[in-house]
Amino acid sequence: MTNKTEAQDIVLRLNGITKTFGDLIANDAISFDLRRGEVIALLGENGAGKTTLMNILFGHYTADAGTIEAFGTALPAGATGAALKAGLGMVHQHFALVNNLTVQDNIVLGTAPLWSLGIGRKAARTRIKQLSDDFGLSVDPNAKVGSLSVGERQRVEILKALYRDARILILDEPTAVLTPQESDALFDTLQKAVQLGLSVIFISHKLHEVMAISDRVIVLRHGKIVGQASTSDTSAHDLAELMVGQEIVKPVPSDASPGETLFSMHGVFAHPKGQRTGVRNINLDLRAGQILGLAGVSGNGQGVLADLLSGQTVPDRGDMRLGGQGVSSWSPRAALAADIGRIPEDRHTTGSIAEFSLTENVILERYRDPEISKAGWMRWSAAESLAKDVIDRFDVRCPGPDARIRLLSGGNMQKLILGRALEGGPRIILANQPVRGLDIGAVTYVQNRLIAARDAGAAILLISEDLDEILSLADVIRVMSDGRLSPEFARGSITPIELGKWMAGEGFDHAA
Amino acid sequence: MRLEPVANPSIARSLGFPAAALLLSVVVASGLVLLAGANPFATLGLILKGAVGSKFAALETLNRATPLIFTGLAVAVAFRAKLWNIGAEAQFYIGALMTVVFGTSALGLPGPQPLVVMGFAAIVGGAVMLLGPVILKTRFGVDEVVTTLLLNFIVLLFISLLLEGPLKDPMGMGWPKSPRLDPDARLPRIVTGLRLHWGFALALICAGAVWVIEKRTTLGYEIRAVGQNPRAARFAGIPVNFVLVKTALLSGGLAALAGFSEVAGLKGSLTLDLSPGFGYTGIIVAMLALLHPVGVVVSAIFVAGIFVGADSMSRAANVPTYIADILLATALLLMVFAILLTRYRIVKG
Repeated sequence: MTNKTEAQDIVLRLNGITKTFGDLIANDAISFDLRRGEVIALLGENGAGKTTLMNILFGHYTADAGTIEAFGTALPAGATGAALKAGLGMVHQHFALVNNLTVQDNIVLGTAPLWSLGIGRKAARTRIKQLSDDFGLSVDPNAKVGSLSVGERQRVEILKALYRDARILILDEPTAVLTPQESDALFDTLQKAVQLGLSVIFISHKLHEVMAISDRVIVLRHGKIVGQASTSDTSAHDLAELMVGQEIVKPVPSDASPGETLFSMHGVFAHPKGQRTGVRNINLDLRAGQILGLAGVSGNGQGVLADLLSGQTVPDRGDMRLGGQGVSSWSPRAALAADIGRIPEDRHTTGSIAEFSLTENVILERYRDPEISKAGWMRWSAAESLAKDVIDRFDVRCPGPDARIRLLSGGNMQKLILGRALEGGPRIILANQPVRGLDIGAVTYVQNRLIAARDAGAAILLISEDLDEILSLADVIRVMSDGRLSPEFARGSITPIELGKWMAGEGFDHAA
Repeated sequence: MRLEPVANPSIARSLGFPAAALLLSVVVASGLVLLAGANPFATLGLILKGAVGSKFAALETLNRATPLIFTGLAVAVAFRAKLWNIGAEAQFYIGALMTVVFGTSALGLPGPQPLVVMGFAAIVGGAVMLLGPVILKTRFGVDEVVTTLLLNFIVLLFISLLLEGPLKDPMGMGWPKSPRLDPDARLPRIVTGLRLHWGFALALICAGAVWVIEKRTTLGYEIRAVGQNPRAARFAGIPVNFVLVKTALLSGGLAALAGFSEVAGLKGSLTLDLSPGFGYTGIIVAMLALLHPVGVVVSAIFVAGIFVGADSMSRAANVPTYIADILLATALLLMVFAILLTRYRIVKG
């Protein structure tokens, strides 16, 4: 291949992109080329600068230095929409769809002036049908987006990009919300896209996926490109070390020695208002000294199960038992009184109050304890020493207990919430997505703390969408799909593929 | 252009921008005074003189500030919990009504006891007024902005009905006004001969009490938590709905004390023009004070000064008193912007 054709092949060229926020260098002279029909994986931990780079690409931020060329022409800096016009399409991790519109309306929305929407409907439908067939993206154009599964919604997002004539697809953590099987279908689509001459940038931190589908890998750390290789020339292990910048020591729990059942559910049904999926006929035992890992695609009832355990909701039917005793009145306070430590799914909206200080956040669950308040009067000095204690013991890096919690990084915020939940030595622990969005250092810290709590005899329910986390941490594994719970599998007795089948809902008819 | 949060705003920043906002609103009002054909400096001087230029003027300003402190506190407490109580006007009138009902019935109790009964009845009446909207909100998700706002009109018409009927003063020569309070049911003057009454002292005590509640008690902590993030509060086991009910009782009670203080301290009877919008102005007072109870006292006196000053200016300079409303409205709008600027800095790019 001559140099000339190679130059023509380049569809996107990033040249020396630099962006700083105050003292933080989010992107440091990042340059790379994307060729026609190529899949580049952009690999990096949270905070490595992947999102900033994409925001610059799409004109949401203006780079301090550097240029972007798409198909040979420079993109104007900071002009939102220029990238879209130039043929770049982005599929965000959090979908930007209108739930109460149909698939077709969502796809067409914004491409035609409002008053002509009705006229071109037929042509639009034909076009969507054509794209669906070409790329293997089957979805009913008349369905309301609100009624679609997560995987289907993602297909709509991709169709949206293709409908706008995207020649370069950028996918931000696309598999985070998919079952392994749905991920495979996505990879098929990407293969087809590449065969049709499209190019793909695939943002991920899941190494095995990166190995499976990319042609080239670019590793970002602290805003810099620290490694670049053809996928065939590298290994998952090398990439992981490049990504973190050090040897990785994964927490390896010793074998559990489970004790008595501390909490159980028997035939529990619950479907709180406003939840898409309820839970059906749940039988569950949480045993002392054991981590029960609950796998499943998000939105399949794990949230309801977590709400039941944390006291946010009560069963419609069935009973819950604490150490053999039936639970009569159930509330967050009752759960706390029953020695349940709770790490909520969303540390920003549920786990903390952004404008409150660290002290005020630490005492959120126990401000009525006699040490913290007496007869309705707060004892702020006692509250502050509790906060200092949690900050020390759980290694929270912060300006001090008076700082507002919103100033903390995700990892430190989570450590504070972890500290709040574990500081009293709870007997039962609910850990709902405890490491989502954390960097590897914080992930290891949180996971080791959970293992330590297990070794100290706590019964732990670990809910996670990350199969790797479940497989490495949980002593017994169960899968939730459409509100139902699979049987228990001991660690090592089940493969990710089998788990994926359960996640997709197979096997329940015989088991339930 | 975009906004970047300021981690630790300096004192200069926290006070400078609000001060600049007040100054700028004066400039805007001056322009309108010019349009009205008067000299802005002279007019502003007259407003200032009318507000604090003499002992009489200053006491009149404090008198006018008294109900505003109560309604400002009522709004501040409720808004702290993100309970949007727009109904301080209704709670004010119910407080005044209870004051009149108990203050004209010749209780025959010794010493200040009739006043205690009246004040307590007013608090209960105002608290109950806000209880309904809050129960509708927590039970059925009915927007309290709508319910509390509409109750203002319902209550005013209800008072009108009473003043034309059972509560009509037989000695009132046909005017829709209630009978006068019994002599032992009046709040005494703080200084004999001057119009300032003990309602003002009560307002200051209430401001202090609200401050202590917010800073030092579990209720204050709960109110702030519920206001900042009800979801996290609920998760942590704070009984969100019950906290909202307690907030409502506190807020409604405070607004009703404004009515009590106006009737028992100043007017002595209930009429339909008892309040020139004290309930609504309380919202401005609370917002200008950034919901801080001590700030409420300051901003209530500031707002009252502008009203009193504008009244006397209008007599002297022939500029309509509407200038006071415009001054306050621009001050409020600019203040909201200034508060944003104390916490965020504008960055290019």
